[in-house]
Amino acid sequence: MADKLHFNLVSPERELMSTEVDQVDIPGAEGMLGVLPKHSPVMTILAPGVVRVKDGSEETRIFVRGGFAEISPAGLTVLAEEAVMVKDLDADGLARRIKNCEEDLSDTDTLPETRRHAEMELKQLKELQAAL
Amino acid sequence: MPSLKDLKNRISSVKSTQKITKAKQMVAAAKLRRAEERATEARPYTERMEAVLANLSAGAKGNPNAPKLLAGTGKEETHLLIVATADKGLCGGFNSSIVRLARERITKLQGEGKKVKIITVGRKGNDQLKRLYNELIVWKTNFVDVKQVGFGEAREIADKVLSMFEAGEFDVATLFYGKFKNVVTQIPTAQQIIPAVAPEGIVAPDLGGAIYEYEPDEQDILTALLPRYVGVQIFRALLENVASEQAASMSAMDNATRNAGEMIDKLNLRYNRARQAQITTELIEIIAGAEAL
Repeated sequence: MADKLHFNLVSPERELMSTEVDQVDIPGAEGMLGVLPKHSPVMTILAPGVVRVKDGSEETRIFVRGGFAEISPAGLTVLAEEAVMVKDLDADGLARRIKNCEEDLSDTDTLPETRRHAEMELKQLKELQAAL
Repeated sequence: MPSLKDLKNRISSVKSTQKITKAKQMVAAAKLRRAEERATEARPYTERMEAVLANLSAGAKGNPNAPKLLAGTGKEETHLLIVATADKGLCGGFNSSIVRLARERITKLQGEGKKVKIITVGRKGNDQLKRLYNELIVWKTNFVDVKQVGFGEAREIADKVLSMFEAGEFDVATLFYGKFKNVVTQIPTAQQIIPAVAPEGIVAPDLGGAIYEYEPDEQDILTALLPRYVGVQIFRALLENVASEQAASMSAMDNATRNAGEMIDKLNLRYNRARQAQITTELIEIIAGAEAL
């Protein structure tokens, strides 16, 4: 392959990825977007979902949440508030954590603070589960 | 004239103080390196964000429908000051200088008849400000239980600030923190975050004649982006604050260790003199006694 796409993935805390790849699929706010080298400049908000990074026969999947992507001639930059490698997730652990949160919520004597946290976590976990 | 025993006690007490300051200095040096690394790692995100925002806000300028976070509420009646300091002392004038800057601003704003509200981040700033402005502090938080300040903490503060803004509780928000210039210099800084000031001096990437396509559209992206920008600004301030705190702590402790060393030298000299004087006195007594026989 002659042309490669420069792909950057950054979270607020650090730069997670900076490589040359063949193709990246990103979950744009208005649907999936397949980005190939020499894509025209686009700026889009990301929906929570999975970014697929394809290089040759390899495919890396990363779950991102809250962020946006910028495609310029220099390459594709994804700014994500949260990013988790899908291969680092395991379905059982996720299911267990979801159950924990739900128990927290169904408990009547939970403090409002914990309840708020649990609600937020549950939402995130559900999104993660859907991504798997 | 203190006795020999008194001097000996003082020397040993200064010595143990020196051990503490030396240990604290080394801890601060190690933490500073980590804090600097983290600040550097966070930089790409902030830079990209600023570039995108600069790009978008140029288009939104003069637009009557521009989001309030960018354009402001149209008045400057109530000011919110977010004062970020450290949770711990032993870092020289670091906390005080941030608080002083905030206090000067408060006095100035109050002199102009504006209303002031304060959010304190970090225990030390809260301790110092509540003495004078307890009734102005609307919210406080600290990271005593947090091992490492992450984006989550910054977002929590940002959420609070944004919900206050949406409720119309203030018009202008300014963030106070210690900007990390280098190990010896930390600059107390006041930075306006709402309405957002588009960063200057950022060159938009060269698109080779093409124009950005926006999905959904420019306005929507800007609306989604600005609240995040507030979070990112706060996050960066927190990271800089951590680095500054450690740097200030390191140099303060370095000074203290050196002072303790000087003090030990002086006390040792006095101790030796006193010891010699005592021996001389004893000798004179013995000789005088022998002569009397």
